[in-house]
Amino acid sequence: MNFKLKDIVPQLITVLAVVLVFGFFTYNAQVNMENRGIDFGYGFLSQESSFDVQFSLIEYDGSHSYFRAYLVGLLNTILVSVIGIIFATILGVIVGIARLSPNYLINQFAAFYVEFFRNIPLLLQIFFWYFAALRALPLPQDAEPMFGVTYLTIKGLFVPAFIWQNFNIFFYSLVAAIIAIIVIKTHAKKVQETQGKQIPVLLISLGLILILPLLSFLIGGVRLSFEVPVLKQLATTSFIYEGGVSLPPELIALTLSLSLYTATFIAECVRAGIQGVGKGQKEAAASIGLTPNQVLKLVVMPQALRIIIPPTTNQYLNLTKNSSLAAAIAYPDLVLVFAGTALMQTGKAIEIVSITMFTYLTLSVSISILMNWYNKKIAITEK
Amino acid sequence: MFKYLKQLTSLVAMVAVLFTFTTESMAAKKSKTLKNTQKKGFVRCGVSQGLPGFSNADAAGNWTGVDVDVCRAVAAAVLGDANKVKFTPLSAKERFTALTSGEIDILSRNTTWTLSRDADIGLTFVGVNFYDGQGFMVRKSSGITSVDQFKNGISACTNIGTTTELNMRDFFNSRGIKYEPVAFEKADEVVAAYDAGRCDTYTTDKSGLAAQRTKMKNPDEHIVLPETISKEPLGPVVRQGDSVWEDIVRWSLNTMIEAEEYGITSANADSMKTSDNPQIKRLVGAEGEMGAAFGLDNEWNLRIIKQVGNYGESYKRNIADTGILPDRGPNELWTKGGILYVPPSR
Repeated sequence: MNFKLKDIVPQLITVLAVVLVFGFFTYNAQVNMENRGIDFGYGFLSQESSFDVQFSLIEYDGSHSYFRAYLVGLLNTILVSVIGIIFATILGVIVGIARLSPNYLINQFAAFYVEFFRNIPLLLQIFFWYFAALRALPLPQDAEPMFGVTYLTIKGLFVPAFIWQNFNIFFYSLVAAIIAIIVIKTHAKKVQETQGKQIPVLLISLGLILILPLLSFLIGGVRLSFEVPVLKQLATTSFIYEGGVSLPPELIALTLSLSLYTATFIAECVRAGIQGVGKGQKEAAASIGLTPNQVLKLVVMPQALRIIIPPTTNQYLNLTKNSSLAAAIAYPDLVLVFAGTALMQTGKAIEIVSITMFTYLTLSVSISILMNWYNKKIAITEK
Repeated sequence: MFKYLKQLTSLVAMVAVLFTFTTESMAAKKSKTLKNTQKKGFVRCGVSQGLPGFSNADAAGNWTGVDVDVCRAVAAAVLGDANKVKFTPLSAKERFTALTSGEIDILSRNTTWTLSRDADIGLTFVGVNFYDGQGFMVRKSSGITSVDQFKNGISACTNIGTTTELNMRDFFNSRGIKYEPVAFEKADEVVAAYDAGRCDTYTTDKSGLAAQRTKMKNPDEHIVLPETISKEPLGPVVRQGDSVWEDIVRWSLNTMIEAEEYGITSANADSMKTSDNPQIKRLVGAEGEMGAAFGLDNEWNLRIIKQVGNYGESYKRNIADTGILPDRGPNELWTKGGILYVPPSR
């Protein structure tokens, strides 16, 4: 009995202290807000926002609600994080492997890249890429087309838009191809395990993913056309491209700086992971006649991934949180749109900041859960 | 006799009640913000992060500008020294939170007086120290000379968290023009992006455009279009709930404007004490009890005029002589064709 009490009392006191401190702050905030005539409440979320946003993934203008403005900011944050994570991972893996290359030039170049980019504050890099890009890029009327239809200008990247007919048929053909590939892959694995025969899975998969969608064009009635951006004159010296899809330079600069910065850390995780696999493993693999590529793919990587994933998860979280620096260069992310403009227009500081904090928390926890699930999946299962 | 005694007692009682009431209200007049300011020995003033003519710090950290002068006037009135001000540079986004949370006591930061700001968020606007309006700046080479020439697809650089964002939407919507708003958190980045060619136009208050134009690489390459698309009365703001402090700030500003009206300057303020005009004498503390109601001495207004100058002097020093807006426009006294008109100090 005494023993149990000793265990419980400190915990109870801690809980009580946390509740008291939290309660004190809440009460204090309440009293102060009342004294200063500030209302507390989330009713403003349904009010008309009456400000526009430069770039949005969903339909939005000032006649929509503050809640919709919140969604616009959230989706923009997710967009830049997802693109950033993809690029940072690809670049990070390449640089991480390059640092271990026996080629002196390659490994020194990779080392220089890592040391250079991870030691400069991210905000400075964002400013550099944004304003350097703005200075270096041509005005719309001076831009040379890339591939004849794409223009990279100071006002953004203008690419042709796809205009689909019967897109759903094309989509189903893709899904069918992917399902077929999975079936073949499982079958191939079984065949190899039972009969020791290898089926050229890669070749078949490539064929399927090309032929099925192609068939949808030939017999499924799918049509694809392009809407090419066209130069339009606004005034004597100001021009813009109309039609097609435009990506604002803010998004490009932010993705670039976030990817380049985070890739350095991921590269180090990858290098640590690969070096963490025992030398004997590689030698044993080589001695049973595996090619260097097979050694990397079948022996080193599966073991290295277990070391790489947990610290890389942290880098993904960092990238997502760092994307809030977007406010500095006018990319309309959650912080700029919601914790910036919306906060200013409504004056609901506590409500908006708490929603924003909770949103980032949710985003981070979701990424963690996803990565932990992946980590568990690739962990060695004892047979 | 008894009859008179009864009346006398009631008279005494009435006087006593009245007296307690006055002392009571005098005590109430002791404003909390005023008391804190006097205890600290400086006025806590929120200003911009650098807007020439309004609030701008030089290399040595000395703040100048018409907005800065409002805070200096309050310091002269309350503490006797116009230099006893602690300036806090604030972004548009931070300014109201800084005031309502009690980090600063006056917000004098080219802030537009609107209904929702005045009513909703625990603020009180005390007056107008600059009548402004939103305008557009474009490159001269664009050939645009009027907002009528704006076309679909135009991109406009501006600050977030300002009335500018809302006015811009109203303006382009009412004309059915599709536009791309590019909104930055800090003014310096807006200017840099516009200057680099990211936007076709830069929109904010016209005074701001004139001031920021001086920061451009080649100021002569840019023009401010003649149209004004909104009313932007800019003025100092205080927290709601301290009416004495509110009055002190309001009448410090009014004193500067009224001093100009009566020709009282920093140079001649002392000699005006012997003026024949009672209104002038009241403005330099030589007649009436003009400070008692605020809990201040009688020469609070004299100190403002002597140390900071009247509104005209402040305007000339900060806005006209710096080449930002040589023409006073609506910010001229009502007696000279402008709209500056303040209630009388009496």
